[in-house]
Amino acid sequence: MSFKLMDWIEQRLPVMNAMNKHVTQYPAPKNFNFWYVFGILASVVLVNQLLTGVWLTMSYEPSGDGAFASVEYIMRDVDYGWLLRYMHSTGASAFFVVIYMHMFRGMMYGSYQKPRELLWLFGMLIFLVLMAEAFMGYLLPWGNMSYWGAQVIISIFGAIPIIGDDLTLWIRGDYVISGATLNRFFALHVIALPLVLVVLVFLHILALHEVGSNNPDGTNIKKPKGSVAPEELSQFTFHEQYTKKYDIVDAIPFHPYYTVKDLVAIVIFLIIFCGVMFFAPEGGGYFIEAPNFQPANGLKTPEHIAPVWYFGPFYTILRIIPDKLLGAVGMFGAIIALFMLPWCDRGVVKSIRYRCTAHTVNLVQFAICFIILGVLGTLPASPLYNMIGVVASFGYFGFFVAIWIYSKNEKTKPVPDRVTGE
Amino acid sequence: MKKFILAVLVMLPMLATAAGPSIPLDEANNDLRDKASLKRGFEAFINNCLACHQLQYQRYNRTFADLGISDEDGLANYMYTGEKVGDHITNTMPAKDAAKWFGGAPPDLTLEARYRSPDWIYTYLRSFYVDESRPFGVNNKVFKEVGMPHVLQNLQGISTIDENGNLSEATGGSMTVVEYDNFIRDLTNFLEYVGEPNKLERQGIGYWVIGFLFILLFFAYLLKKEYWRDVH
Amino acid sequence: MSNAPVNNGRRRFLTAATSVVGGIGVVGVAVPFIGSWNPSARAKAAGAPVEVNVSKIEPGQLIRAEWRGKPVYVVRRTEEILSGLSTHNDQLKDPQSEVPQQPAYATNAYRSIKPDILVALGVCTHLGCAPTHHKGDFEQHVAGVKNGFFCPCHGSKFDMAGRVFQSVPAPTNLMVPEHSFPTEDILLIGVSGGEA
Repeated sequence: MSFKLMDWIEQRLPVMNAMNKHVTQYPAPKNFNFWYVFGILASVVLVNQLLTGVWLTMSYEPSGDGAFASVEYIMRDVDYGWLLRYMHSTGASAFFVVIYMHMFRGMMYGSYQKPRELLWLFGMLIFLVLMAEAFMGYLLPWGNMSYWGAQVIISIFGAIPIIGDDLTLWIRGDYVISGATLNRFFALHVIALPLVLVVLVFLHILALHEVGSNNPDGTNIKKPKGSVAPEELSQFTFHEQYTKKYDIVDAIPFHPYYTVKDLVAIVIFLIIFCGVMFFAPEGGGYFIEAPNFQPANGLKTPEHIAPVWYFGPFYTILRIIPDKLLGAVGMFGAIIALFMLPWCDRGVVKSIRYRCTAHTVNLVQFAICFIILGVLGTLPASPLYNMIGVVASFGYFGFFVAIWIYSKNEKTKPVPDRVTGE
Repeated sequence: MKKFILAVLVMLPMLATAAGPSIPLDEANNDLRDKASLKRGFEAFINNCLACHQLQYQRYNRTFADLGISDEDGLANYMYTGEKVGDHITNTMPAKDAAKWFGGAPPDLTLEARYRSPDWIYTYLRSFYVDESRPFGVNNKVFKEVGMPHVLQNLQGISTIDENGNLSEATGGSMTVVEYDNFIRDLTNFLEYVGEPNKLERQGIGYWVIGFLFILLFFAYLLKKEYWRDVH
Repeated sequence: MSNAPVNNGRRRFLTAATSVVGGIGVVGVAVPFIGSWNPSARAKAAGAPVEVNVSKIEPGQLIRAEWRGKPVYVVRRTEEILSGLSTHNDQLKDPQSEVPQQPAYATNAYRSIKPDILVALGVCTHLGCAPTHHKGDFEQHVAGVKNGFFCPCHGSKFDMAGRVFQSVPAPTNLMVPEHSFPTEDILLIGVSGGEA
């Protein structure tokens, strides 16, 4: 009976076929390491944010008069409201932790290179939308840091020549940040951007499965049909979508092998996540900033305005450039540079394991500069910090210039034909 | 690479402390589990602070329940203004008049401990000194040009400040230094409680959740091991 | 690829064990999501017991109190009304109040704590309209009964103890909420005596 029903559905919508194609018979390289868990962790956090977000919306009041009090209402009066709120606020920071790790993975192993450029672009779009989502969500508690953070970020758009002032007025919908701004941010945060985000994530995964996953060796697990001896082929069954055109080597089905492996990663992640959420939900003042325990006050700026930590790197680049317009250009340029990475890198070898020493040095200095910029973003401005910030910004942009230069005629190590052990 | 990340993780808290407050604060050493202390702090708040400062997000009956006070006792001993036990802890001072009297409306204190930290409150309430140039004749070492009078002067007495910024021992109050410190510790304890009434519950649940996750990890790890025996 | 024979028993056991523990986890995660739909402290504070001073109610008069957003009818019944309650038992669906539409202390002939004070939710048990009080002109609805409640929505009829008449859509007597008299003149709706 149930088989008949499944057949009936299958003929009309091939669900089982899609499951096989993308889960149980999807060939994943068998040598994924630690760095490959962050994609699934990002999905876990996304689901957490969507669910807790929907539930918070049930008790939140998007108005200038009621927003701050409604958050305290959630924290005190709603059963388990405090837990849902902390899941959401901790989730926001966790999202960026895993996304940054995920992006760095892509950079280490050349996952953005041909033929995965579009995959990378979808990922970058997700990152961009996520930043918008986080920024707008940060206004909603209507604390004083929410207010002034939004004030500063929106003012960046004022740097655009000619239309800048009108544009900021239009974004706010008022002469100052007000209930009007809060309401539109709320609408975008809970409806528009999550929809876009989910669609982009879907496209990201679709694009991934079209070209197949990269791996720490950067080798291709899809060999031309007939080029591999039968005993060398992967012994597992894969979907004909993949096998009819290619000989698959060094691969295992995503399910059950990576589902059980990812489960371990998810549980370890949840232990860390819960450790923060239950024992330090303010994240030392970085996840929930102290001034946000005061309601928004348009007449009193917090002594030290710092964006939430995940905007730190970009905020520092904005701040160290002593010109409003150029600062904004620098900040957006830092993100655009990431978008352009597949074309900045002219190399053919993907993994850092087999690329030239200069590349390793370049990538490490990039990571260090990124972290320094992030830390500086949370610190008050001072001449010394500004100097460090300038150096780190050069390191950041220098990465993209350097890779463009040395990748042209790069002296690489021989790439193995097959994946190596860990 | 892994070593590098570890090193950065170790460095981060150091940078965080570098950005900390510049005025050294005394440690409050309060204990949220000490219900007697919380009750004393609650009483101190009702008698000394509530006339000007509200706890507008905190309800009486919630406070009673968490502090182990029955609604009847609470109604009789802690509520003077004819409110219902389900009401928020508020006063009737009009904000406009307050702003006129003190140069700014007295802030709501529900979240003060989360905004300033318990140590700050503990230090602040013990750092008033004589300063005739101020409207109320007092200033505060932690909160410069403070608009609030030293409400607890009859208890603590008052200090003077020397040219090095050190406070003298307070004189003229009904309490000894130790008594006053304990009194403020109780009040601080109560304000920390009010800032996040769920804090103890949160941590309690946290231990269970993490304990559970370790059990899940145990099985998930064995399962992974078992399946991955297929992969060579 | 696998040379060692697969231990299917162990595999099945571990899959089952992980699923069970994981399932418990999912249930645990559901707790805050489900729990947050319960009435909040604000709703509970708004739904707290309501005080009514009954000393000012004239004999035969009805006053309405609001408790948890619903009308509560408080009527001071006259001797005449009280004595008339037993005369039409044969026309009622549940004359002895056997259906638990009232607390135990109001399961009596008058459906009340004090015989003269009726406390009942002014919510028709049919579809929730508010029945109107007919003082002295109820005979148009039930011959021989002078006072009662008539629901304008679908014509349900109740007597002055809130008991429903036969052949009307309402299935049960009007609900008598928990209530108590902390003092002679003060009626507390929403909480039984000895609790508050």
